[in-house]
Amino acid sequence: MRSRTTEWVIERALLLCAILSVFTTAGIIIVLAIETAGFLREVSIFEFLFGTEWTPLFANKHFGVLPLVMGTVLVSSIAMVVALPMGLLSAIYLSEYAPAGVRRIVKPVLELLAGIPTVVYGYFALMFVTPLLQRFIPGLAGFNALSPGIVMGIMILPLVASLSEDAMRAVPRGLREGSYALGATRMQTSLSVVVPAAFSGITAASILAVSRAIGETMIVAIAAGQQPRLTASPLVPIETMTAYIVQVSLGDTPQGTLEYRTIFAVGMLLFLMTFTLNLISTWLRERFREEYA
Amino acid sequence: MGAVSTDFRAPDLGTRRRHVVDRGFELLALGALLLALAALAVLVVDVLSDGAGRLNWQFMTDMASRRASSAGIYHALAGSVFVIALTGALALPIGVAAAIYLEEYGSARSKLSRLIEINISNLAAVPSIIYGLLGLGLFVRTLSMDRSVLAGASTLALLALPVVILSTREALRTVPKSIREGSYALGATKWQTIWFQVLPIAMPGILTGLILSLSRAIGETAPLITIGALTYVPFAPDGIWSAFTVLPIQIFNWVSRPQAEFQENAAAGIIVLLGLLLIMNAAAIFLRDRFQQQGRG
Repeated sequence: MRSRTTEWVIERALLLCAILSVFTTAGIIIVLAIETAGFLREVSIFEFLFGTEWTPLFANKHFGVLPLVMGTVLVSSIAMVVALPMGLLSAIYLSEYAPAGVRRIVKPVLELLAGIPTVVYGYFALMFVTPLLQRFIPGLAGFNALSPGIVMGIMILPLVASLSEDAMRAVPRGLREGSYALGATRMQTSLSVVVPAAFSGITAASILAVSRAIGETMIVAIAAGQQPRLTASPLVPIETMTAYIVQVSLGDTPQGTLEYRTIFAVGMLLFLMTFTLNLISTWLRERFREEYA
Repeated sequence: MGAVSTDFRAPDLGTRRRHVVDRGFELLALGALLLALAALAVLVVDVLSDGAGRLNWQFMTDMASRRASSAGIYHALAGSVFVIALTGALALPIGVAAAIYLEEYGSARSKLSRLIEINISNLAAVPSIIYGLLGLGLFVRTLSMDRSVLAGASTLALLALPVVILSTREALRTVPKSIREGSYALGATKWQTIWFQVLPIAMPGILTGLILSLSRAIGETAPLITIGALTYVPFAPDGIWSAFTVLPIQIFNWVSRPQAEFQENAAAGIIVLLGLLLIMNAAAIFLRDRFQQQGRG
């Protein structure tokens, strides 16, 4: 009898720990929502979402978040231009061409890239890639979107490669063999059979990569500058949403001020963007799993 | 591809061309892979060549200083080790308990465990800086932990939890069913079976996952900056309520200064950070190898 009570208590305690993860999500949403609501009482949501000037730290305050969103989109786009083709080609090589021995060695090494702290990538972007690029691009400023974008692309490449490779390897052998039997080469099989068959898995990987790029902080905080501006030029200093949060956090911001609330409002926008992308990615992956279950 | 031809030379030529194109594509794909690996090599060499000259024993044992030449990383290294140890102490019991529930109890595919599972996989993809905002709002302000080691470790523990839970579940899944059944046959309760049979066997796998998630957490900068871990703390933390700084924040602080001497310090700090990661990963691989041998034996 006593042991049955103990068992019951233990199960409830374990359940509580599991539910803590739901509380974490709820906590994130509540904290962000409370401060964002406080922010929106003083600034109209229209000005926040569609304003083209972001100067909350100046005397003449404007709260248009578009320059920060533009900075984030710009750097993330550059990162995806690097990570997507290279990651996909790496995945095709590993999945369709590489001998098993090569795969076993290369994959963990490639994943080392994903394990390097982002502050190290930031240093690399600022101290190595930017000076290197400046030799070829004369107009490139010391802080810019191009260099952190490229380095961020290198950082998320393993994610794209690894998840895409998983998706390609899940494609049944029979489809490949059918293609070979019709006389197709490996390239034709890879591009016309395997990649289309693994398409939703590859798309899920790419969307997750975009989400990672949008939320990436230290590379842009170090190498992209801190000047929110609405521009599509990758050559001048900009500021992303994440870099702005870091910039304000470095100063000692008193609780309850409008300045303090801006980082939660920006954080809320960031959370909603990444959360949506993550949901789409999860949904696509589930669908892919069903296709070849 | 295409229809069968009666002309025996034409497909031959076509086949040859297709194989040349195929070979070219293979080289292109291999090139993309090598380029990524080359980037890793260049990064490591660049950091080593920038920072190796600055790295010596004094750098390891000196405290922070406003003068680059006499600044060291002892306080930041101690802060990192302290924060990560506490993060592990918080994340391990909670993460393992959650994983046990989902793997051993929640097997009924109930709506609740399904919700928890989806939630965990979503949390794993939330940007780390968002955890920083949660830590700032919840631990630093609401729970008045201030900018302490405890607030930092709690924030990082929440960040590490999804990975700890996922890897623990994988470790639990490798324990053969027959071991559980044998234990039940001897009259053990469910919890006795888990505590005395399943957990000891899964432990190396669980610890491997824990170390890997902590090696991710030790490089985290953004969430700790957001909760307001001060960048200039010229002392090592002496308790869970102490103010602190960590290696990545110290590196960020040095990188942000224009003087070349501080940049050199940053590179040396990065070498120390990467060394620490190397040690942690080696420990994880060592544990995993032992685990695999055990599984075979």
